[in-house]
Amino acid sequence: MTTTIIDANVTKRFGKKKVLEDVTLTLTNNEIFGLLGPSGSGKTTLVKILCGIDVPTEGHVSVFGKKMPDLELIKRIGYMAQADALYHELTAKENLVFFASISGVKRNKRAERIQQVMKLVDLESDLNTKVETFSGGMKRRLSLAIALLHEPDILVLDEPTVGIDPALRNKIWDTFEILKESGVLIVVTTHVMDEAERCSRLGMVRDGQLIAIGTPDEIKTKTEASTIEQAFLSYGG
Amino acid sequence: MRVLAVVNRILKQFLHDKRTMALMILAPILVLTMLSLVFNGEELELKIGLIDVPSTVYTNMEQENVAFVKLDSDTDVNETLEQEDYDAILAFEQGESKLILEGSDPSINNVIIDNIKSEISPNTTSVSLSVEHLYGSQDLTTFDNIGPVLVGFFIFFFVFLIAGVSFLRERTQGTLERLLASPIKRWELVMGYVIGFGVFTTIQSSIIALYSIYVIDLMMEGSFFYVLIITVMIALSALTLGILLSAFAKNELQMIQFIPLVVVPQFFFAGLFKLETISDYLSWLGPLTPLYYGADALRDVMIRGQGLIEIWTNLVVLGGFSIVFIIMNIFALKKHRSI
Ligand SMILES: Nc1ncnc2c1ncn2[C@@H]1O[C@H](COP(=O)(O)OP(=O)(O)OP(=O)(O)O)[C@@H](O)[C@H]1O
Ligand SMILES: [Mg+2]
Repeated sequence: MTTTIIDANVTKRFGKKKVLEDVTLTLTNNEIFGLLGPSGSGKTTLVKILCGIDVPTEGHVSVFGKKMPDLELIKRIGYMAQADALYHELTAKENLVFFASISGVKRNKRAERIQQVMKLVDLESDLNTKVETFSGGMKRRLSLAIALLHEPDILVLDEPTVGIDPALRNKIWDTFEILKESGVLIVVTTHVMDEAERCSRLGMVRDGQLIAIGTPDEIKTKTEASTIEQAFLSYGG
Repeated sequence: MRVLAVVNRILKQFLHDKRTMALMILAPILVLTMLSLVFNGEELELKIGLIDVPSTVYTNMEQENVAFVKLDSDTDVNETLEQEDYDAILAFEQGESKLILEGSDPSINNVIIDNIKSEISPNTTSVSLSVEHLYGSQDLTTFDNIGPVLVGFFIFFFVFLIAGVSFLRERTQGTLERLLASPIKRWELVMGYVIGFGVFTTIQSSIIALYSIYVIDLMMEGSFFYVLIITVMIALSALTLGILLSAFAKNELQMIQFIPLVVVPQFFFAGLFKLETISDYLSWLGPLTPLYYGADALRDVMIRGQGLIEIWTNLVVLGGFSIVFIIMNIFALKKHRSI
């Protein structure tokens, strides 16, 4: 059964500059919604508005039928920013414990959850390493682990797999699919075409406008392209 | 408890960053030690000129580290003090004695006055001693006098800087945005900072105060407990102001730019100079700065030996500053998330 989870219609301006123009989205559970678009097209701005960090200049965002921003709704969202937001002088574990208690993971479940998410991103052996010694990809994985910690109903991931090797990326996407099957809505931005193929639906963003929306197959048919990459290029990406 | 989580994290960050921790404790100690040596260092070698001193007095004038030199009766006192290296001149005129101090170095003045008094009084009880200064006045401060101000100032300085920079980093490294994408409330974050830094600065303040009083031997008439309360209150106002101003800085360097603008001027108004002697264009600023009240309270306790009855208004005002800054901080975070 599909139910609407996010319903949004937003326009966003920074000063005079229009960054998002009348973007309308309806997202349901059990889906991985991919946002595709050239650099600077407004993907990050859009996902920030969806998870309540930023507010639209015009329009609205409602999540589970309630208007954003709302602390009760924010609790149910896991957000991973495009830039890693980690405390570098702390160890991976200390970061996880901190974010776990901030996002309300029950004390008795914390250790178990930390083990689970760290296993998923293949960082179990680096729990007690300081983040400042992590490689770029390791930081990315830790950020992803933190977003998953509190088992959110909505995952908003801004380029989650940048700098992660193909094998691990594959494994992470397998997890996304399992989460999707269990009813989670995943919103993900990406520049990687084989990831786009694995999304349930795609939204093409260009210059702040949502120019196409549909399953990967629909998008390919519409543009008469054989790959998403060709479709992306034919939209002037 | 989300506040506790923030407190916990801040303390862990301190434990991992030994250098910052050392800076906050050792740097004030080092500077205070240096200043105490600068002010109270060597035994003084005094040179005092004598004019028309009765021989009954003069024959008894014999002291370590003081050279007494007889001068002619018609010596121009001011000119001699200005041009030669006399520290003071004692002149007798019709049974009256007059002590003219060179006066530019306050630490010497009191030593001379005590010296001369002890020299004259046993012999000539009838002679009154009047004291004049060529430069400065008797009210110029010595290390004992400015010591409490320095203790308050250094605590303010370092807490302001470190708290401001940590909060700034929270913004620049993206963790503030990440936190605001979590259900933490704005006040929980601010109070986490206040308590986390509060715990650390209590330890820092006690070490600095203990060191100043028992090792540097700063004058201490009142209760140590009050000194601790005052220094913690000073630290609290510094920390809340630092966090607030960090919102107006884009990077660490811009945070440091606040020091000459916001921190150093407070030092001038904190009793280093008498407020009456500061130009009217500026003196009204004094009562607007937290350190003004903190330093006054520290002096009340350390120099005048006073207690809660005298210092409570200062403490209330200091607390008021912190509460206002805390509320402004909670509002300032609205810029990042409206709820
Ligand atoms: N705080 C801001 N103030 C002014 N302009 C901004 C701000 N944030 C983003 N922009 C502008 O909005 C536009 C969209 O930026 P956004 O970060 O959403 O792009 P993006 O699609 O995520 O790009 P990328 O793929 O490179 O991450 C850019 O032109 C950017 O300059
Ligand atoms: Mg982006």
